[in-house]
Amino acid sequence: MSTLVKNIVRFALLILIQFFVLDKIHLHQMVTPYIYFLFILWMPFKFNRTLQMVLAFALGFTLDSFRHSPGFHAAACVLIAYIRPFIINVLIPQEGADSNYEEPGARSMGGIFPYLVYAGLLTIIHHGWLFLLEALEFGNGWYFIVKTLLSTIISLALIFITELLFSRKQKFRTNTV
Amino acid sequence: MRNIFLFIRRYFNFLFFLLLQVYCIYLIINYNTYHQAVGSAYMNEFTGSVNKQYNKVDNFLQLNKSNEALKKENEWLRNQLKANFENPDTANLVITDSIPFDTLGNKRKWLYQGAKVVSNSVSTQNNFVVLNRGAGQQLRKDEGVIDSNNGVVGIITEVSENFAVVMSLLHRDSRISGILKNDPLGGGSIVWDGKEPNYLSFINVRKSARAKRGDTVITSGITPTFPYGKMIGVIDQIYPDKSTNNFVIKIKSAANFYNLQYVYAIDNAQKDEINRLLEKAKSKINN
Repeated sequence: MSTLVKNIVRFALLILIQFFVLDKIHLHQMVTPYIYFLFILWMPFKFNRTLQMVLAFALGFTLDSFRHSPGFHAAACVLIAYIRPFIINVLIPQEGADSNYEEPGARSMGGIFPYLVYAGLLTIIHHGWLFLLEALEFGNGWYFIVKTLLSTIISLALIFITELLFSRKQKFRTNTV
Repeated sequence: MRNIFLFIRRYFNFLFFLLLQVYCIYLIINYNTYHQAVGSAYMNEFTGSVNKQYNKVDNFLQLNKSNEALKKENEWLRNQLKANFENPDTANLVITDSIPFDTLGNKRKWLYQGAKVVSNSVSTQNNFVVLNRGAGQQLRKDEGVIDSNNGVVGIITEVSENFAVVMSLLHRDSRISGILKNDPLGGGSIVWDGKEPNYLSFINVRKSARAKRGDTVITSGITPTFPYGKMIGVIDQIYPDKSTNNFVIKIKSAANFYNLQYVYAIDNAQKDEINRLLEKAKSKINN
């Protein structure tokens, strides 16, 4: 599957799953499971940063349109799309791994632990920014902190399960051919 | 000037990021203008159409539940019908309990009880329908059963605690009394010859009756099982019986026995009394 088709399918599927499955589950008022931003986590290395932000904005704006909320998710998605390259630069181990593999994953980042840190950081930033914006609008501080932490744990669990269920085959490519 | 361009080029990503963030926050703060934001109307149209598709699937999955709810409501509505109450001819009515009477003093005669079909057959010579409602849910032997379109299905022959067995019209021993809707003189019996499901025979109809193809045959109301006017079927073919003075009429049943789902059993509240009276009369003749 070409990168374009793969990403379009991912975009559509993740939005549909987020809105029609996860949003229908009412676990607790403090816990909102999110998985749609996995699209941003899995975006290929080779996309340039402007494109990443535009795609992230489109993703967030689509979910906002479904939920009829103004701009919350778009803001959070743009933030993690902006921060993503920095985190990848810090975490990626050997020189040139981002050109040998297509997209971030346990294998391309050199182990489960760096990938977990990558996913965890982006998740907590996404949730933090999202709930902070919501808290500024509606609520108080404690509510924000507890909700961010609990939702991050649930979302990470969901991401972990998704990774196990849909293992992405990462091919090793060299530029030396 | 050149420096400004250089600056923008150098920090383009950061500036672009800031721009998007500011736009998002602008949307959040001015929630009302969000609806006028560029593309928002199109997105609304798009999400609306996706939601509609989802709703179709959701509705389909809920069909069972909504059927159940409709059945309950129908049962309740049918019990409100005026035709189910009889006006007694005397002013000295002894009221013992308010349940069988409505507020006008009419006595309830017919009570509809909804039930779901759990098993049904059409292929054998003697077909039965099994309902998921039995003696524990107030069904009794010899109650008439109709489907949701008022078409006669059969008569209850057995009841257990939670289930009832209905002898369908498609049974060799089934025999109920019918009448032509257009001509009250054209009465007879409905039987089944065991050949073709959904086609019944209307026998013992006098040749003087005005019967023609397409006429409706309804229950006569002379037995305590069915009220007057439940639809049995529509005349398909008419043959004169050469040996007698009667017609043999082939009718297409009103109930579709191939897909019975929800039915109503009709309880006659006066049946016990009528039967007791009949027994008494019979025993007097015998003595």
